[in-house]
Amino acid sequence: MNFLLLAAEQNTPFNYLPIALQLLIAVGFVGIMMGATHLLGPKRRTKDKLINFESGIPSVGNARQPMSVKYFLVAILFVLFDVEVIFFYPYAVNFRELGQEGFLAVLMFVGFFLCGFIYILKKGALKWED
Amino acid sequence: MLLLQIDWSFLLEKSVLILVIVLVSFGVAAYATWGERKVAAIMQDRLGPNRAGFMGLLQPLADGGKLFFKEEIIPEGSTRTIFILGPFLFMVTALMTSAVIPWGPDIHTAAGNVISLQVADINIGILFVFGVVSVGVYGIMLGGWASNNKFSLLSSIRSASQSISYELAMGLSLIALLMMSGSLSMREIAQQQHGFWDGHWLTWNVFKQPLGFFIFMVCAFAELNRAPFDLPECESELNMGYHQEYSSMKLGLYLFAEYINMFISSAVMVTLFWGSYNFPGMDWVAAHTNAIVFALICVIVLMAKITAFILFFMFIRWTLPRFRYDQLMNLGWKGLIPLALFNMVITGAAILWLFNK
Repeated sequence: MNFLLLAAEQNTPFNYLPIALQLLIAVGFVGIMMGATHLLGPKRRTKDKLINFESGIPSVGNARQPMSVKYFLVAILFVLFDVEVIFFYPYAVNFRELGQEGFLAVLMFVGFFLCGFIYILKKGALKWED
Repeated sequence: MLLLQIDWSFLLEKSVLILVIVLVSFGVAAYATWGERKVAAIMQDRLGPNRAGFMGLLQPLADGGKLFFKEEIIPEGSTRTIFILGPFLFMVTALMTSAVIPWGPDIHTAAGNVISLQVADINIGILFVFGVVSVGVYGIMLGGWASNNKFSLLSSIRSASQSISYELAMGLSLIALLMMSGSLSMREIAQQQHGFWDGHWLTWNVFKQPLGFFIFMVCAFAELNRAPFDLPECESELNMGYHQEYSSMKLGLYLFAEYINMFISSAVMVTLFWGSYNFPGMDWVAAHTNAIVFALICVIVLMAKITAFILFFMFIRWTLPRFRYDQLMNLGWKGLIPLALFNMVITGAAILWLFNK
């Protein structure tokens, strides 16, 4: 009960006000720095300067080409597993209240987690060399 | 209604605290660049920067000033708005994480006021850190993509997939710690590690969760793109990295933000695992000095621990060679994630049946 009261006390919008303040100050700080360098620096643009750097070789085509699907696969796996990891957090905070029963339930969840994990390993989703 | 009740002195106090923290972050980041060059010089038997000021101490100021007066170049093929947004977002997220770190104990003044050395004590402290760190990846991703340069794009994709892979293990490694603390609030976790010895065991979390700390630290290295996980910035393959097309202060913001991230992640590691601002014999010191001096000593202790971590980051950078990409992914997915899960299950079982708390 005491815990719940404490949680309520810490969870009013008022507690988040300093964070908004910090965001404001951070944005202001970075904005001023970028504005200052924009005003202070020289502006002598030439055609050659504005070409993308490619080790001195004339650049070929657009950089935004199709890339290996492996990267997308990692991103999707991350989304899947990160959601599962987030499910552990409320449990971990209430670990003591939930006791043995809760722990056994979470062991089951860890089992499901591992099943999915072993499945993607067996499927070769994380194999980087063909 | 709530807005009407805002205490203006409270706002002023927080504003001053935030400004101090932001300025200190910039100062630490600037001198971390000096420190890195000196450490590299010592390890490679060179002198390092020694021209500007005593021992080159004015070098960071000279570098920072130079960046302001350089020409801004936005390449023709780039997407202009996103190109500017990239470094902006990266720096803002780097400055945001410090909001939930407790920099010292509360100061109880003689007048009965309580001055907190933490910007915001929210009950989801650690989740806030994770959330902001995740947004930081966008800064790299947007910057690399908007440059329309093949090297930048490759680097930003590498960086993104590396960061998200290690975020999983990082999240998992903390669960065991949260099981012991029972709270996500950074301030509570710091207070639980009071002193050094509680009569049975050492109070700092690193002595209760050595494996959890190790996993967290490795993940922090990867999240920061620091050596040995600095694949997004390896000169030998990618020329420079995701900030290749950037110049003047936009480049400076990327470089500074990396050092600020290093400072903040050291602070998070110290807060979560190495006893935050607590030190052996702090009760004796608290009883023999007044509140403000005691708080000041605590802040100095915290800063000393953070400095030790930053130096450790630097020693590692100049000691270990870089990982290969498949080795990096294998370590993250097949090594650290199962290890973190194992650590969590063992911790839970130990608390329930061994210590029976």
